[in-house]
Amino acid sequence: MLIYILKRLLSMIPTLLGVTLITFFIIQLAPGKPTDLMTDLNPRITPEARQKLEEYYGLDKPILKQYLLWLKRIVKFDFGNSFSSDARPVIVKIYDTNEPFFDRRLIVTLTINLLSILIILTIAIPIGIYSATKPYSIFDRISTLAVFIGFATPGFWLALILMILFGINLDILPISGLKSLNYESLSPMGKIFDKTQHLILPVFISTFGGLAGMSRYMRSSMLETIRSDYITTARAKGLPEKIVIYKHALRNALLPIITLLGLSIPGLIGGSIIFEQIFGIPGMGQLSYHAIMTRDYPLVMGLLFITSLLTMLGNLIADMCYAVADPRIRVK
Amino acid sequence: MSKILKKIIGNRLALLGLIIVMSLFVVAVFAPVISPHDYKNINVKNILMPPSTNHFFGTDDLGRDVFSRMIWGARISLAVGFVSVGISTLIGITLGALAGYYGKYTDMIIMRFVDIMLCIPGFFLILAVIAFLGPNIFNIMIIIGLTSWMGVARLVRAEFLSLKEREFVLGAKASGASNFRIIFSHILPNALAPVFISAVLGVAAAVLLESSLSFLGLGIQPPTPSWGNILTDGKSNIEIAWWLSVFPGLAILITVLGYNLLGEGLRDALDPKFKK
Repeated sequence: MLIYILKRLLSMIPTLLGVTLITFFIIQLAPGKPTDLMTDLNPRITPEARQKLEEYYGLDKPILKQYLLWLKRIVKFDFGNSFSSDARPVIVKIYDTNEPFFDRRLIVTLTINLLSILIILTIAIPIGIYSATKPYSIFDRISTLAVFIGFATPGFWLALILMILFGINLDILPISGLKSLNYESLSPMGKIFDKTQHLILPVFISTFGGLAGMSRYMRSSMLETIRSDYITTARAKGLPEKIVIYKHALRNALLPIITLLGLSIPGLIGGSIIFEQIFGIPGMGQLSYHAIMTRDYPLVMGLLFITSLLTMLGNLIADMCYAVADPRIRVK
Repeated sequence: MSKILKKIIGNRLALLGLIIVMSLFVVAVFAPVISPHDYKNINVKNILMPPSTNHFFGTDDLGRDVFSRMIWGARISLAVGFVSVGISTLIGITLGALAGYYGKYTDMIIMRFVDIMLCIPGFFLILAVIAFLGPNIFNIMIIIGLTSWMGVARLVRAEFLSLKEREFVLGAKASGASNFRIIFSHILPNALAPVFISAVLGVAAAVLLESSLSFLGLGIQPPTPSWGNILTDGKSNIEIAWWLSVFPGLAILITVLGYNLLGEGLRDALDPKFKK
């Protein structure tokens, strides 16, 4: 098992290098120099100051050297300073150790996504099992149709409709941010209640996005498992159907779900950009959108790198869970 | 082909998908004929009118007919869907075929590249590139295509891995056919079924992606209508003009639903595993 983990960790290194190459290349695509944004808006800037700034960011060096210098810095998680007016280091903008733990952008986004993954699993797995054990029944037909509609619903549109419905017409849920204005004056219980209220719509939207795919996948995985020979054996020797499904089939049917969870991380990160933007949630997604729109290159590069790293870590964890659950993988 | 068509027609959901896809196609092709008003026509006396017999889906904040704009929007959506899927399928087939056929280092390098692309959050990447290069329809098509070929590449590679050992390929090799000929005229035609299914599903994904981009202001730029950018107008008038939010969203939903239903129906019809 240890050797397996070590092997997986080693194989991450070239992938990570590739990610840095692509990230670096993307920034080179942008027209002009990255420092233009800082210099063009400043009428008093002298050519010398401009040159100094370019030297500071290493833009006067050949492109390969720039890349290597950047690589040397990001190993230490030093992504430089943001181009925005606060000019804070990129890593501090993403994960500010001075703020309360649950207010740090990285943690906000992770919390919402982990919450929705948990809800997705608790809903999707039973639906998938039930549909697969009674294929083409009325429940299966309805859930199949619901899955297709869920799959086709644009998350941002649903967010808009729910904002109209719950935020404006019924006026029972807040539609923006993570806390009310009077948050600091609330009692500890009141604080939890306030945060929960703010989280309902974003978590719902994020859950909705993944639910359809996951339950569909669970259904087909279960259907395939039920058709295998060992299930026929279990039935033939007279085991009750419940034990056949929940004890014998479920374990194997769940295996592909683990991989799917790992693979769904990039989609969740993309989704975060949209719903954090709509609901005004101060997480990494909102930061990404602002960074892109204001052409804050160091921040974009840092965020691309960190989200890719998160994806890889997620895949690693998924692979490890898979190896724990399925001994066949470890032997290979 | 007629067998597949029969199966699609026999499957009610797939048939529904086929009908949706065909009708959208007709709407997109005949947009100039069908739309009752000029989609560019600004009429300040007619701002934010609710749906009526003259304006089926109401008018927007410049007094333009939303129904006509949505018909032209169908054109944009489908154009983006088809072109970007065309690009991603071409790249996917080429890289997947090379990896599966040649194996060894070629395979290792290509599959490593696939892994790298899968690690970078696609939507973030697309947003960043479009923001840097400027949002226009060509950039959007190309960039969606360049970032969504990985699934096709994996599919084609897997097909090639199993097909290249079969007798007909060995026979072609023995008779001295070139590698190029074996890849493209012997193996590829046998590997196209799953590619076709994933292309149909890919159109759905691309339509959804384009509308998200347009909604965030980095997609199709006004005055060119797209379902996504009509929704952006809907967001700014959310409290007074529900029709601006509801109809374009439904259009996206129905389109994506149609392509997904057709794709799944094709999968059932083509995949021998699901034969009853």
